[in-house]
Amino acid sequence: MNIKRQEIEKLATLARIAIDESTIAEVTERLGSVLELVDQLQAADTSGVEAISHPMQGTQRLREDEVTELNQRQALQAIAPDTEEGLFLVPKVIE
Amino acid sequence: MYNLTIAELVRGLQSKAFSSVELTQHFLDRIAALNPDYNAVITVTADQALKAAIAADKRLAAGGAPALCGVPILHKDIFCTKGVRTSCGSKMLDNFIPPYNATVVENFEQAGAVVLGKTNMDEFAMGSSNETSFYGPVKNPWSTDCVPGGSSGGSAAAVAARLAPAATATDTGGSIRQPAALCGITGLKPTYGRVSRWGMIAFASSLDQAGPMARTAEDCALLLSCMASLDDKDSTSIDHKIDDYSASLNNSIKGLKIGVPSEYFSEGLDKGTEQAVRQALSDLEAQGAELVDISLPNSGLSVPAYYVIAPAEASANLSRFDGVKYGYRCEDPKDLQDLYSRTRAEGFGEEVQRRILIGTYCLSAGYYQAYYGKAQQVRQLIRQDFTQAFEQVDVILGPTCPSPAFKFGSKGDDPVAMYLEDIYTIATNLAGLPGMSVPCGMVDNKPVGLQIIGNYFDEALMLNVAHQYQQVTHWHNLAPEGIA
Amino acid sequence: MQSISGWDTVIGLEVHVQLATKTKIFSGASTAFGAEPNTQACAIDLAMPGTLPVLNKQAVHYAVMFGLAVDAEIGKESAFERKNYFYPDLPKGYQTTQLEKPIVGRGNVEIQLADGSTKNIRIHHAHLEEDAGKSLHEGDFRSGTSGIDLNRAGTPLIEIVSEPDMTSAEEAVAFAKKLHSIVTSIGICDGEMSQGSMRFDVNISVKPSGSDKLGTRTETKNLNSFKFMEECIAQEVDRQIDLLEDGGSITQETRLYNGETKTARSMRSKEEANDYRYFPCPDLLPVVVTDETIETLRRNLPELPDARQARFVKQYGLSDYDADILGSDAGMSVYFETATEKSGNAKLTANWTMGELAARLNSEAIRIANSPVSAEQLGGLIARIADNSISGKMAKEVFEGIWAGEGSADEIIEARGLKQVSDSGALEQMVADVLAANQAMVDDYINTDQAKRKKKLGGFMGQIMKASKGQANPQQVNQILAKKLNELL
Repeated sequence: MNIKRQEIEKLATLARIAIDESTIAEVTERLGSVLELVDQLQAADTSGVEAISHPMQGTQRLREDEVTELNQRQALQAIAPDTEEGLFLVPKVIE
Repeated sequence: MYNLTIAELVRGLQSKAFSSVELTQHFLDRIAALNPDYNAVITVTADQALKAAIAADKRLAAGGAPALCGVPILHKDIFCTKGVRTSCGSKMLDNFIPPYNATVVENFEQAGAVVLGKTNMDEFAMGSSNETSFYGPVKNPWSTDCVPGGSSGGSAAAVAARLAPAATATDTGGSIRQPAALCGITGLKPTYGRVSRWGMIAFASSLDQAGPMARTAEDCALLLSCMASLDDKDSTSIDHKIDDYSASLNNSIKGLKIGVPSEYFSEGLDKGTEQAVRQALSDLEAQGAELVDISLPNSGLSVPAYYVIAPAEASANLSRFDGVKYGYRCEDPKDLQDLYSRTRAEGFGEEVQRRILIGTYCLSAGYYQAYYGKAQQVRQLIRQDFTQAFEQVDVILGPTCPSPAFKFGSKGDDPVAMYLEDIYTIATNLAGLPGMSVPCGMVDNKPVGLQIIGNYFDEALMLNVAHQYQQVTHWHNLAPEGIA
Repeated sequence: MQSISGWDTVIGLEVHVQLATKTKIFSGASTAFGAEPNTQACAIDLAMPGTLPVLNKQAVHYAVMFGLAVDAEIGKESAFERKNYFYPDLPKGYQTTQLEKPIVGRGNVEIQLADGSTKNIRIHHAHLEEDAGKSLHEGDFRSGTSGIDLNRAGTPLIEIVSEPDMTSAEEAVAFAKKLHSIVTSIGICDGEMSQGSMRFDVNISVKPSGSDKLGTRTETKNLNSFKFMEECIAQEVDRQIDLLEDGGSITQETRLYNGETKTARSMRSKEEANDYRYFPCPDLLPVVVTDETIETLRRNLPELPDARQARFVKQYGLSDYDADILGSDAGMSVYFETATEKSGNAKLTANWTMGELAARLNSEAIRIANSPVSAEQLGGLIARIADNSISGKMAKEVFEGIWAGEGSADEIIEARGLKQVSDSGALEQMVADVLAANQAMVDDYINTDQAKRKKKLGGFMGQIMKASKGQANPQQVNQILAKKLNELL
């Protein structure tokens, strides 16, 4: 299936994955091949069939509203890439 | 000792034929000696293992220890192990040390099992050959120029090479069953919701399930008993009676109705594999089972449906890997968008990136209904096929894979060629049914597997059938050369 | 419909209400306000690999209670979806929210306007979702970076979406205030606007008067004050009308209003419309609310503001105006009733609560729940005014004493010896003494024309009050003074 390069660029932006100029043609081609596979779905007759988002029946369990997690900042931030004053740091965000 | 099954090891430990420390040291030595040939294990936790073995021996001496106390195991590197690096086969998590245990890991710890280390896997569980790992490919012990299967290739190869008697693994589209088949061992994917997903790094949430890999069904029964639990921390964990899987292994299978789907014996199936599987079906008939021809008409749609649903869920599950809270971060990000897109471009391998892009595409505005919406409808159709089949039969049998282990790189550049490896296993994940693979023959000196699919929560019956089959066959006892 | 020189305004609101649960919507970490950064963010809130959400029962119940309070359909089976986008305060890279099947459906809210009229504003739906964390762009950390605090990430919210039924800033603010009153009255939200407990997104468009076709709308996000909402709407309506009248067109965009500088601007990052790629969250199962649960919640639903206002008029004889002020604010109404129970005088309590107390609290920016003068204490003070123990003037002094933490009204009256003298014998003596000591004033009074005598009383009053150190009961003194002076005429 022909997927255009612009579409790939748009997807790469939505997914926040930088695609190198040198590989974009290959990425496009391989993605096209997968899309050809999934396009086979279009042939299926699904009229009147309910879509399912969970494989099993069942309803959501509810949790009591009691605090069970105390301050674990030290342990959890021990593995963080960049922290200061208890905050996770990222390049400055301009809104 | 390495050729003993878990059941035998348990007896040995209980009778003090050997200690857990001896056993543990034995397997640690084997890993040190043999792992370089297979690259099945990526982290060895020798100190922790020996400490755990000492504690296990104490418990065994005191009496009343749980079944798996002192038994050495490996965990697929997808299960978070507290204080021990958990990489999920990816550069993105190469430096990730979880501050918590997966429930599966907790369960084994409570049972006194000894963790030898973490096994190699396809990156983020995406693959059928263990060629996508950041830590290099795993080699099939039966033929080291061939793949072991994936994504649980490390666990399968480790058990096949007797680096451990057991390994945990996960299955989203066949990732336990397919490598089990290609490596000549027994692997089981339980019913969705049977085993907790807490602490198991998510690939496709509605398809992922953890399960055991070992050499026999009897061993898998022991392991599954430990893995299965109701977990309040996992909203999809199901409250369903947990059977005593070991107790029913020896039930007679006389009169058992075995469904044989016509769609699983079509042109893609390698002749040698087909022969081995048909022989297995005869062997079971000889034990009194009855073969029933059935049809699962929507089988052909399972791979396309899976390659919409799994990547779609994965695309969201993997968004958390952004270089902010943990894991890999690119150097000197110049702004926020650079942080994200370079961290993810550098941290994720090609297959993972591809699946994220596909998933993003299938969920995008304008495409959602045609792809994701449609796939979820097809999922219903596939589920209905099985429900109807199980009205006529007790279990469904067929080949696990279309052919034995293939050479590295032989699937070429076309990702779809790889995806078709899972053609017989994927439907069970879509339906949430349990499935397992047992060795049933050798083709070109490489193992092939027989797949057994059970009804919801019918793991006991599947294990029973597998065990009865293994009582009259020897395939599960074969070992690859060069592992002594 | 209100019209501004040939233009109609169309306003819709999306209101984010933080639910006052103890823990997050999907984890057991605390939601208490004001904690040190990232001390209330557990592994689930940090989106660590392998973590999974489990739904907070209280959040579900609070959402249902809101639905009941606005007469809405309750979504007995609702579902969660993932809304995908990248932002540092969104740890999973998606927000778990509801889209196709929200927990609360169509409802209604009645608002009262200044001219006394009422209007019905329709609620489109309300859904459960999780809040994001906070991004700090300045602070004690490396320059050139933003600091992320995930304490707030995972706090349960309901997002209430109205139909675009409002046609003026007044209506929008009235609606916003009514919602505030409802959610605080039923106890599902603490209503602390300054803490971000309620945030408003305002969708504004204009169209030529009488036209059926809606104009392009803009969205101004994250307003957390009624005052700013009013200012911002006025400004945006003017901006849109000016632009259209000049022949331009409105760009659909998201804007931010700065309450300090009184200016609004377009958000840079929203140049392209975001494709959120919503899909059902596979980690959470359908949420089912049973009829029994709904009935139990309905039975136990705290009093709604409209009902409370009506009751205040009936039970306490308050005016509609007073009942409106006291009844619409949950904190104030609880205070008022507690104080009245102690004081036994609703009217006086109402005046003091809305007057002296409110003014003092406002001037120091203190919430009524944190008032240094408790409801019981105020009630005790008013009881002493009502039984004539102290004069109104003295009461103000006692009030200050209570505020300063000196104790109850009785304790202060005792300690400072402020008890009003109402003993007629003592007062008679006091008046007599003053008259005797001020012969010149008495003569002056007698020689004044009858018509002008009343003015002279003040002088005597002053002396008497001074002599009694302000403790003479003024009404009684007045009577006695008038009688004695009359005798002298």
